[in-house]
Amino acid sequence: MQFGAQLASIVFAVLVFALVFEMVRRRRLHERYAIVWLGAAFALLVLAVWTGLLEAISDLVGIKTPSNAFFVIAFAFLLMLVLHFSSAVSKLSDETRVLAQRLALLQQRLDALGADRPPDHDEDDLVGDQRSSRGSLTGSKR
Amino acid sequence: MELRSPTFLAVVPAYNEAGSVARVIGALHEQAPQFDVIVIDDGSTDETAARAREAGASVVRMPFNLGIGGAVQTGFVYARDHGYDYMAQVDGDGQHDPSELTRLVLTLRDEPSLDMVCGSRFISTAGEYQAPLSRRTGIRLFAFMLSKILRQPITDPTSGFRLYNRRAISLFAADYPHDYPEVEAVLMLHAHRLRMTEVAVRMHHRETGSSSITKMRSGYYMIKVSLSLAVGLLRRRPVIDSGGPAAVSATRAI
Repeated sequence: MQFGAQLASIVFAVLVFALVFEMVRRRRLHERYAIVWLGAAFALLVLAVWTGLLEAISDLVGIKTPSNAFFVIAFAFLLMLVLHFSSAVSKLSDETRVLAQRLALLQQRLDALGADRPPDHDEDDLVGDQRSSRGSLTGSKR
Repeated sequence: MELRSPTFLAVVPAYNEAGSVARVIGALHEQAPQFDVIVIDDGSTDETAARAREAGASVVRMPFNLGIGGAVQTGFVYARDHGYDYMAQVDGDGQHDPSELTRLVLTLRDEPSLDMVCGSRFISTAGEYQAPLSRRTGIRLFAFMLSKILRQPITDPTSGFRLYNRRAISLFAADYPHDYPEVEAVLMLHAHRLRMTEVAVRMHHRETGSSSITKMRSGYYMIKVSLSLAVGLLRRRPVIDSGGPAAVSATRAI
């Protein structure tokens, strides 16, 4: 591998490390997902430092250009990661659905309990509440 | 003999049906007076909830649009939590005729081994309803597949005009299909060894509003339901039992 390319790879891997670490520190990224990215950065670092490894791998699987072997590995990794996120989104949407259902049923029960009282805030539905809280938030920022 | 008379709940899922929901509730009160009525307002942006309250129904308002599956499941949870013996599903668009509910109730009470009765548009005499050709093809295909799987004739697996007993209520309160639930629900019922039958009903064309299945989406509908059926067949335990390892499932929280 060219020395320039090797240096760039090492710098890039270190940058990814730093970025992920900083995101976790600022609570922008859960440790659960950070581990995957740190692992990827580590793999990149190993491949950049240990130049013989990539050639050995490409020889082993019969890919003539080592860089192509790298792309194959990177592509497979990204594919698995995206699949993982699809699964995480499915789980989240299930959890959101349950929350919405319970919230709506609780709201209905609350409405039923308050039905004998004068309906001074009859339209105090969730949409209205959200709107008003959003309004107060933007108001306080100003 | 039961000491108390059975209790009935009619669940009316409605998404932007302000123009028809009051009429549906009125017809329910008039023609099926033994039913308590609850409207599931699935995040409507129009006056659906207000119209339903005016017409004398309880309203559960979803904070955002969950889709028909999530909305109807809310009805199942409500029915289970309030201990209803029977729950009917009656669409808020006026397609289903509440006067036909009596027929569903009688069928379910006469045959205690049944857990669900489904109103079918396609059993002989009641053939006024004409769905678009593309949709009829899809319905026929699913009807054919389900008939083979259940080893009993299923003519209208997409009909949402259904009556459930306690066993079916608690099953679907725990787990109900998401997007286009009707076809898959039949398979789930079968997988849990619950039994169903169909009775002939008349259905009207929708009065106002628009169907959740547009032409654009019918392709997606076919593919999604086919996939659900295939996966549902391959699933060993379609519902994750409470306490069991939870995969992608909403059961544990309810």
